[in-house]
Amino acid sequence: MTSPSTSPSSSATTSATNSVKAAGDVRHHTLVVLVENKTGVLARVAGLFARRGYNIFSLAVAPTEDERFSRITIVVDVESSPLEQIVKQLFKLIHVVKISELDPRESVERELVIATVNATPLARGQVIELVQVFEGKILAVGHDVLTVSLDGAPAKVDDFEELLRPFGIVELQRTGRVALAKVTTSATRPLVAQVS
Amino acid sequence: MQMNGGQALIRSLELEGVEVIFGLPGGAILPVYDPIIDSPIRHILVRHEQGAGHMAEGYAHATGRPGVAMVTSGPAATNIVTPLCDAYMDSVPIVVITGQVPSTAIGTDAFQECDTVGITRSVTKHNELVTRAADIPLAVREAFHIATTGRPGPVLVDIPKDIVDPKNPASMLEWYWPTDAAVAAGLPGYRPTTKGHPRQIRHAAELICASVRPVIYAGGGILKARAAEALRELAELSGIHVVTTLMARGAFPDDHPLCLGMPGMHGNYAAVTSMQQADLLIALGSRFDDRVTGKVSAFAPDAKIIHVDIDPAELGKVRRPDVPIVGDCRLVIEELVRAVRDLGGAGAQPDRSAWRRTISGWQERYPLAYEISEPGDALKPQFVLEQLRDNTPDDTIVCSGVGQHQMWTSQYWRFNHPYTWVNSGGLGTMGFAVPAAVGAKVGRPDRMVWAVDGDGCFQMTAQELVTASTERIPIKVAILNNAYLGMVRQWQEMFYEERYSEVYLSPDLPDYKMWAEAMGCIGMRVESPEEVLPAIEKANSIDDRPVVIDFRTDSREKVFPMVPPGLSNDDIVTGPAQGEGGR
Repeated sequence: MTSPSTSPSSSATTSATNSVKAAGDVRHHTLVVLVENKTGVLARVAGLFARRGYNIFSLAVAPTEDERFSRITIVVDVESSPLEQIVKQLFKLIHVVKISELDPRESVERELVIATVNATPLARGQVIELVQVFEGKILAVGHDVLTVSLDGAPAKVDDFEELLRPFGIVELQRTGRVALAKVTTSATRPLVAQVS
Repeated sequence: MQMNGGQALIRSLELEGVEVIFGLPGGAILPVYDPIIDSPIRHILVRHEQGAGHMAEGYAHATGRPGVAMVTSGPAATNIVTPLCDAYMDSVPIVVITGQVPSTAIGTDAFQECDTVGITRSVTKHNELVTRAADIPLAVREAFHIATTGRPGPVLVDIPKDIVDPKNPASMLEWYWPTDAAVAAGLPGYRPTTKGHPRQIRHAAELICASVRPVIYAGGGILKARAAEALRELAELSGIHVVTTLMARGAFPDDHPLCLGMPGMHGNYAAVTSMQQADLLIALGSRFDDRVTGKVSAFAPDAKIIHVDIDPAELGKVRRPDVPIVGDCRLVIEELVRAVRDLGGAGAQPDRSAWRRTISGWQERYPLAYEISEPGDALKPQFVLEQLRDNTPDDTIVCSGVGQHQMWTSQYWRFNHPYTWVNSGGLGTMGFAVPAAVGAKVGRPDRMVWAVDGDGCFQMTAQELVTASTERIPIKVAILNNAYLGMVRQWQEMFYEERYSEVYLSPDLPDYKMWAEAMGCIGMRVESPEEVLPAIEKANSIDDRPVVIDFRTDSREKVFPMVPPGLSNDDIVTGPAQGEGGR
């Protein structure tokens, strides 16, 4: 009411420097934060990052299979402040239920990009070929533009964006990362257990 | 039983054991004020909402029970932001109820609307906008639970007018009182750890029994956890000296042979230097505040650190501990005492006679000192404090504002009992003293309560003396009136080449004696040393109204020792009364 709700579903990608920067960078860590699905919870989490001077690289949030909870996937830029302090401060928020850091090798991560690119008749074939190579989709066709989409691992989305760029990107929106631990292994580092 | 939301709110406060609410009514909170008339809860009508917040804090500091303040929406809510932040920084359990415009008006920039929950989010442990009348009892129970458990702190509950307004059918609810299980189920993410990890406690005990230069660094967490007895047992069992931070004054008796007093920027030489040279710091409920550590990279360079705190985020925030222990200070210290006993107790401590001799050498060589004033000269503030200290009961509760007078009080008072020192440490809120003293006196009417205030501070919240007079709350206020914003003046003298910018206040504008009398208090003015004691004795004899004494003190007097900002604690300056420098 007074602040953004996590419901039904909202997501955002922000970048401290520029959107081209690779999301798989070592200084980036993926936190999966299970929160109570209550009014203002996103503002609490975002406000904490702002208040303590931590950088969010990307953030995605939506309700989980249990509608009482939402899962926030935050990619944090931890060059300036230690991850441990971020996690501990986050866990002090009353509506935060659980925090896990995901190891990229033992988790699955996905991101979605939608882009409208210039595709004059001369270049259109190349763009379509590129989309096919990446197993992306063509969402809309205009006279001299194509709107394409790709979901995949963040690094693959980075590559796709890079290769689209020479054609001329008219508009582009990435969702930010969402991630889950792999089912077979227990990749989730129990940061919360360390904390308490 | 059917009940209106406003009645349910007051009933919930009654069931939480609230005996007093500090507040001021207004449009949005009106429906909650009506049932107060029929409630046994005492309401104290403040003159400014900031006063209500600091009174709730003073009450909580002095009693250990949560203080409660209730104000309306908009400007009242913004006026109470400072006390909320103050309570957040000093971990004071208070519950603040704010009125809010009706649900349908929220977001429309209605009269006296502000985003209270948004504004106070970063200065509360938790806050909540209640949207249904039926949620009120649960919201109140949760608020008290969160405020008083784990690391205590302020909780704000924002109540839209429509859910408490009897004219609105939706304000009716079927009364219930939530069970503990319902509270726990409502807070799935809130489970404070109270018991320390046994292996870490054993490890800590081993470090204690191996250390030859240990110091216990006791913080405000000792008082919050009611751990003063446990701390004393640990100190006496191990024979280890204790420093008590600004927030922990009184947590360990100043007259105890193992007490070193206050460390930090204006700490005494022995406390500061023993920490610097320690080989082990046992940090109990303290948070390595910058005013204690000085330059962090040069703080206690040879010390191993045992850090006990109920807030996991404090461990490693400033200094990485060798032994981190998350838990309630009282429970952990009691376990630690057991673990030290298991290792042989007092008999297992190494020979620390050289360390003890070093410490007592510092104490003898660098006691707190000031230059006694010559006849006819202005009063020394330290002299006033010594007289006040020596002529009031041992268990007097002392409250202070922020600045030089606060540091002198902390230095020169002898705190021999816990919960006798009430001040604003973390936020450093000028104007804290008078309202905090009112709250403390309401909570402990059996105790004498003195506020030691500066002239700058006094002018910020003096109007609460009208509250005190009206409500017959006989606090006593000693203004150390040096006609300056004294601490700022001290910094300008020492670090800005004596360029005094905007710090002069005038000693007699306002006339504090007349102002006090206008507010229904007894007012006195003291200008010479021989008048000090009679004035204090007269004040002590008055118990039916507040008393204010305007002590005219020497404006040139500075607080020493001092660790200059940004420097290492090794660079402590002991001041002119000790000759040049400290080392």
